[in-house]
Amino acid sequence: MKNNRRNFIKLAGLAAAGLCVAPKTTLASGGGHSPVKPGANARNAKRWAMVVDTRRINTDEDIKALQDVCHAVHNVPDVPTNQNIMWIWSAPYEECFPEQHNPYLDDDVKERSYMLLCNHCDNPPCVRVCPTKATFKRPDGIVAMDYHRCIGCRYCMAGCPYGSRSFNFGEPREYLDPTKLNPEFPTRMRGVVEKCNFCVERLAKGLQPACVEASDGAIVFGDLADKDSDVRKVLRENFTIRRKPTAGTEPSVYYII
Amino acid sequence: MHYGGKIIIGIVIFVGLLLSPFVFNVGKAYKQPELKLPANEKKCVESLEFMRTKHMQLLNEWRDWALRDGKRVYVNHEGKEFEISLQNTCMKCHKSKADFCDKCHNDAGVTPYCWDCHIQPEGLK
Ligand code: SF4
Ligand code: SF4
Ligand code: SF4
Repeated sequence: MKNNRRNFIKLAGLAAAGLCVAPKTTLASGGGHSPVKPGANARNAKRWAMVVDTRRINTDEDIKALQDVCHAVHNVPDVPTNQNIMWIWSAPYEECFPEQHNPYLDDDVKERSYMLLCNHCDNPPCVRVCPTKATFKRPDGIVAMDYHRCIGCRYCMAGCPYGSRSFNFGEPREYLDPTKLNPEFPTRMRGVVEKCNFCVERLAKGLQPACVEASDGAIVFGDLADKDSDVRKVLRENFTIRRKPTAGTEPSVYYII
Repeated sequence: MHYGGKIIIGIVIFVGLLLSPFVFNVGKAYKQPELKLPANEKKCVESLEFMRTKHMQLLNEWRDWALRDGKRVYVNHEGKEFEISLQNTCMKCHKSKADFCDKCHNDAGVTPYCWDCHIQPEGLK
């Protein structure tokens, strides 16, 4: 075969095509076996969701107790300024449901405190605006964060209509008690955003989210896609609302009123 | 050669500085850091050679598998399973960051920032 330019280009093209279809060899597996799998006890769902019964969880003390559990499990620092980090917190009715305000609302409903957390939206603006994909949506609907990748640009905080995210302005470890850490879970570093993660690390081990476990049945967690699940059952039997429906984010946290 | 003398002195100082690391280390053989290996465990997740040269790539993949793909169990070449976790798997055997990680990292002059978030077995420093 004559070694001319045309042959060279053909070969180069073939080689390039070969590169494209070559299997991506994972460094550790090599021999073609898949080196990873989910844990044997892991809880799975098509669409995780949470239902909070505000008839039972409605005082600042109720919510503080759940916050203490969540923040202890996830090593969330308690910063004594307005730069505090919140994965779960309480707010009055008008703040929780600003679009459903009604001056003649039942006093009981109006005076309750409401438990707030990340809504793990179906259509999450925080994911759309994150330039590094540090915030991403898992196939099971959980909006998770990869703190390794967060560059602290805080676009997601501007994007989230619920104020569900906190930014570490300072070194979070300065506000953690080293004797009360959960050694199973990391802390964060300065300059990253953080928020509720629906306890992915607990679901992976077959546990319920920590706040659900501590709620004594007043919060139900389960698969929205399964019509026989506990969440679907409580949604069928109770009147529920979600936060800021006009934002169009389709929250996965429901409130029984 | 108006500034000749100064230039030559300058060159001598420069060359001297340039060579100083070699001069200081002449006759000293390189000594590998001595790591404290786990007492109860003879085998790591993968082979010694693999871990020595590629633990950083493996940790990088572990991070993505666990966090982004939600797959938190690693099956090694012998079919043995491990929980994918720096804090809860690696550091349960390597009980001291100072006696294991730091030895080589200091020697190689690298400062990975794993411990800015992950809690070392010694506790927060
Ligand atoms: S509540 Fe905010 S942070 Fe959570 S998924 Fe929705 S937009 Fe994102
Ligand atoms: S602060 Fe972090 S998570 Fe938020 S948008 Fe920026 S990179 Fe993404
Ligand atoms: S689901 Fe988990 S991370 Fe989210 S508020 Fe509840 S305990 Fe905290």
